[in-house]
Amino acid sequence: MSGEKKIRVVVAKPGLDSHDRGAKVVARAFRDAGMEVIYTGLRQTPEQIVETALQEDADVIALSILSGAHMTLFPRIMKLVREKGLEDVLVFAGGIIPEEDVPALKKIGIAEVFGPGTSTDELVKFVRENVGKGK
Amino acid sequence: MCNEQTPSEVAREAERWEKTTLPKWVSNHPERKKEFHTSSGSLIKRLYTPQDVKELDYLRDLGFPGEFPFTRGLHATMYRGRLWTMRQFSGFGTAEQTNQRFKYLLKEGETGLSIAFDYPTIFGRDSDDPLARGEVGRCGVAVSSLRDMEILFDGIPLDKVTTSMTINGPTAMLLAMYVAIGDKQGVSRERLGGTVQNDMLKEFFAQKLCIFPPRPSVKLVTDIIEYCTRHLPRWNPISISGYHIREAGSNALQELAFTLADGVAYVESVMERGLEVDDFAPRLSFFFAAHNNLFEEIAKFRAARRLWARIMKDRFGAKKPRSMWMRMHIQTSGCTLTAHQPLNNIIRVTLQSLAGVLGGTQSLHTNSFDEALALPCEEAVRVALRTQQIMAHESGVADTIDPLAGSYCVEALTDEMEERAMEYLDKIDSMGGVIPAIEKGFFQKEIADSAYKDQKAVECRERILVGVNEYKIEKDQVPIKLLKIGPEVEEEQLRRLRKMKRERNNRKVKEVLDELNSAAEHDENLMPPIIKAVKAYATLGEICSVLRDIFGEYRELIVI
Repeated sequence: MSGEKKIRVVVAKPGLDSHDRGAKVVARAFRDAGMEVIYTGLRQTPEQIVETALQEDADVIALSILSGAHMTLFPRIMKLVREKGLEDVLVFAGGIIPEEDVPALKKIGIAEVFGPGTSTDELVKFVRENVGKGK
Repeated sequence: MCNEQTPSEVAREAERWEKTTLPKWVSNHPERKKEFHTSSGSLIKRLYTPQDVKELDYLRDLGFPGEFPFTRGLHATMYRGRLWTMRQFSGFGTAEQTNQRFKYLLKEGETGLSIAFDYPTIFGRDSDDPLARGEVGRCGVAVSSLRDMEILFDGIPLDKVTTSMTINGPTAMLLAMYVAIGDKQGVSRERLGGTVQNDMLKEFFAQKLCIFPPRPSVKLVTDIIEYCTRHLPRWNPISISGYHIREAGSNALQELAFTLADGVAYVESVMERGLEVDDFAPRLSFFFAAHNNLFEEIAKFRAARRLWARIMKDRFGAKKPRSMWMRMHIQTSGCTLTAHQPLNNIIRVTLQSLAGVLGGTQSLHTNSFDEALALPCEEAVRVALRTQQIMAHESGVADTIDPLAGSYCVEALTDEMEERAMEYLDKIDSMGGVIPAIEKGFFQKEIADSAYKDQKAVECRERILVGVNEYKIEKDQVPIKLLKIGPEVEEEQLRRLRKMKRERNNRKVKEVLDELNSAAEHDENLMPPIIKAVKAYATLGEICSVLRDIFGEYRELIVI
């Protein structure tokens, strides 16, 4: 693995909710798995998140949301991702997201949606297997 | 403790047992784990004996219910007299929808209302603020002005109910609206009963719903306590909360210690304002989580009551017994609920409630089994309330006071909890108190570490979560229809807000906001000008905006 570029992950909290326990645990797990992690902090607008990803040259954007506003915010994030030419960035989400919303989110380019109870190992594996694949 | 046997006799016998009966059995029947721990990292012993409580002095450490140090309960008869208050937190969608849910809960036998507000409201933003898009009415009810509050309490006489409002940053504004409703209904301020959470300190390191920086936030908290002490004698002006500390990832000990540290900070702040401790302390209230480890949780509640009584008496010189009361509300722990096999959550909630009741709580919220998936639907809320009613009326646990007192195990755990919490309190004092500790990121780091450790324990299956890392099934079925909040909620709320802004006297609004501005600049108590402002239909967002300009906005200190 030596010499390989470290995977750069932006862990982001869109929406107004402040449940950052999951986001922080995930951020630390990615860091422990040898990735570069940029945690945005709470209540980031779609513009701020995509700007961070751009500035940080991110390979991955991990979105955490538990407020229920994902159907409003995720489409705006994905629109900005396309506008900024970040289509290669792997974007996935976690939090409280009803299953019935998942197909619509996948359609706009959210690679996967993880629910409560997902292990961090599973997330690390998912990132390693899917990063840089493009869409 | 029990009869004529001397402690040394028991100790001798215990030693014999450990050398004979025990190893003989263990050699053929190994234990499930090498060591057993509480969430707080205390070693749980195989067996507790009189040896473990030999320092316990019954009269000094336990006493009698209704008497110092209140370990056995705040009241002389506890639940034999009056059961705990069954208070289900609720609120979603529009004010009309929540008003209907309130009426439903009152009809079903609930004895107190409890309001959840949506995120924009919690942040002091109106529903038409750009930041509110997609969030209006989702996780609670949207209240942007007195108009929404009028609808929320339509047909609910404020002299017949008590109301708990889970609100922190904009507490002063929501409380002011409640006072205004009372005025309109002709209910005098002395008769308004309820609680506001109003605990800003824990926001900076646990729930993280902050508007202003720590110092002006504590000023507002203090204004509210002072105002309520003078004008709303039946109101609990603060609910010092460990719940969110726990949900953010702390263990039971950190929850207890950090909550008490916050309590100490508030008492100090109000005393600096010039109030006598016995004038306001009787109305301080507390809020804790009930988690899965039954004995640890019971020990936590008992230790909390005893330690607070000692702090109030010894550190602050309280004289009235009521000032030493730790009245507590308990909610079962949201973060223990699983999205997998959601019906299992009913059992978790039952065990957690049992801890709350055996711990002597004054009031209890039971979570609904579908809450890892969405806000609860009506059926799930009913099961949650029924859980409490079954506990109260069928199980017999409410028929005697503090039944676990004298248990070697529970008493030893209670002692240890108190002792270790004291160590934390000393440490926080040595950092200069809660605000400096927040600024150093102390609490944030402690909590993040515990949360990570806990997650790792689940992943390596050191901690079994039924249905999640063991006893899994292929396809989980959600047995009920989840509550959905449609986009029409936001539209309707925006329509109402626009209409209200058109109809109100906008010159008057400007006038009251200017008055508020001036009061804030002169460091006056802000409750009176805020009451005046809400009565003129100044919105929550407008009022907070005046204060943001003066106090500044809080920027999160990020600690992973």
